[in-house]
Amino acid sequence: MSGQDTQPLPPASPIVPPGNIAGQAMALVVAIMSFLACLTVGGVSLVGQSAATWQSQISREATVQIRPARDFDIETALAEAQAIAADYDGVRSARIIDREETLGLLEPWLGSGLGLDELPVPRLVVITIDETAPPDFAGMRAAITEAVPNATLDDHRAWVGRLVAMARTTTLAGLAVLALVMVALVMTVVFATRGALAGNHDVIEVLHFVGARAGFIARQFERRFLIIGLQGAAAGGLAAVAVFLVTGFWASRNLTSAETEQLSAFFGDFSMGAVAYVGVGLVVVLVGTLTMVTTRVTVLRVLYEIDEKRADPSL
Amino acid sequence: MLAQAQKAIRERCGLIRFDNVGLRYGLEPEVLSDVSFHIPAQSFQFLTGPSGAGKTSLLRLLFMSLRPTRGQITLFGKDVLSLDRHEMPMLRRRIGVVFQDFRLLSHMTIFENVALPLRVRGKEVASYRRDVSELLDWVGLGDKLNALPPVLSGGEKQRVAIARALIDQPEILLADEPTGNVDPPMARRLLRLFIELNRSGTAVVIATHDLGLMEQVDARRMILSNGHLDVFG
Repeated sequence: MSGQDTQPLPPASPIVPPGNIAGQAMALVVAIMSFLACLTVGGVSLVGQSAATWQSQISREATVQIRPARDFDIETALAEAQAIAADYDGVRSARIIDREETLGLLEPWLGSGLGLDELPVPRLVVITIDETAPPDFAGMRAAITEAVPNATLDDHRAWVGRLVAMARTTTLAGLAVLALVMVALVMTVVFATRGALAGNHDVIEVLHFVGARAGFIARQFERRFLIIGLQGAAAGGLAAVAVFLVTGFWASRNLTSAETEQLSAFFGDFSMGAVAYVGVGLVVVLVGTLTMVTTRVTVLRVLYEIDEKRADPSL
Repeated sequence: MLAQAQKAIRERCGLIRFDNVGLRYGLEPEVLSDVSFHIPAQSFQFLTGPSGAGKTSLLRLLFMSLRPTRGQITLFGKDVLSLDRHEMPMLRRRIGVVFQDFRLLSHMTIFENVALPLRVRGKEVASYRRDVSELLDWVGLGDKLNALPPVLSGGEKQRVAIARALIDQPEILLADEPTGNVDPPMARRLLRLFIELNRSGTAVVIATHDLGLMEQVDARRMILSNGHLDVFG
């Protein structure tokens, strides 16, 4: 009577040992690096998004500044400049900053109870522009200066230029950080995979000597390590998504406080765009692919070493 | 035509043929010098010699885990030195190896360890379940199919390693000190297993320095001494 008749067989064990300390450590390291990479992706996307917003907001307005002078009727000059500006195509509105508003703007520096007539304070006309079809600024500037010699038109080009440069620099710095983090992620995945595989050299060797083909051995390890890599990457990615959601929720609940108003002036409402979530997905896919490729290359190299290096008595 | 030619070569050379094989590690003196022999099909031989004489090196040359420094090794009619790496697995499948340190996979049951060569060949459990169980019965471990290697004694591990080497009916079995870890009764029992296996058609090479074991069988003796091999019988 054979043993088979008396003992039922349990389900087949995987050829590669399932869980061990090296595998758990690898999953943890991959999870931490994936989390950091996903946060960086989110941060870079947020900065890029905010930089684009700053640029569009500031280029939406232009200002006419009229300096006071002796025997000069500034109110008439303001009305004249407003009328000239409003007449141009591409101008949505032209609004005079009235006396009260001007006092309000000066109050933080000069205090209240100020008499505007006693001080040579310039006055402003704010022009709102159609961004898609901006007006002819050169023509407008010439017309306003001709009608009101004390007026200057500021189309904010200098500011926009500086902001564009700052936004580009910030985005480039973010991309550089992202590149560094991705390189660190790649190196970490490669070394963690190789470290975890080092404990399985005996399995590779046994499979090799019982006649398994290199491709068969590599596939067994690829499957196992793909699961470990994906588990780590998914855990890191989900943690990063949780951070995105919690930050967005916190900002939306605290937008009224002074601190968050300042922050939101720079970073909007902290809500991540689709790019950040797609980035998280790509990080997970990248980690999975890297783990598989590293595993395959490492297993094939171990087999090469068994067949070529260890078999060569001269080495 | 090709098959007939290969058969003719095999009959002339045996399963394995060594011609003036020399082996040195690095710049050390040769551990094997001008070793020439052949192993005929269905033959039984002991490979013996003092410790450090090169038995394990010779066995490694036999299962292609080591390349000679000089000379020619022909395995199943093929020159080992001109073999492509990708051809090796198919040749290894025709050789059963029992390692001195067993090399069992500790996370797999006894059944799975023995079935491993069949599993790597892509066979389904249903097709080999009975064969593996019967082989484990034959080596006296039929009641331990689901045990894991760490709980087995040295002799039991040795028998599992032998069963794994035999499960795909190799043309030749190489065993490195198969009785080194067992008591004399178990050694005699393992020897009977090898003799029975040989009667069923498999060539057997047993590397041992156990004189008592060799005296129990009238078989060829390949004696290694100072790197030279003498074959008796």
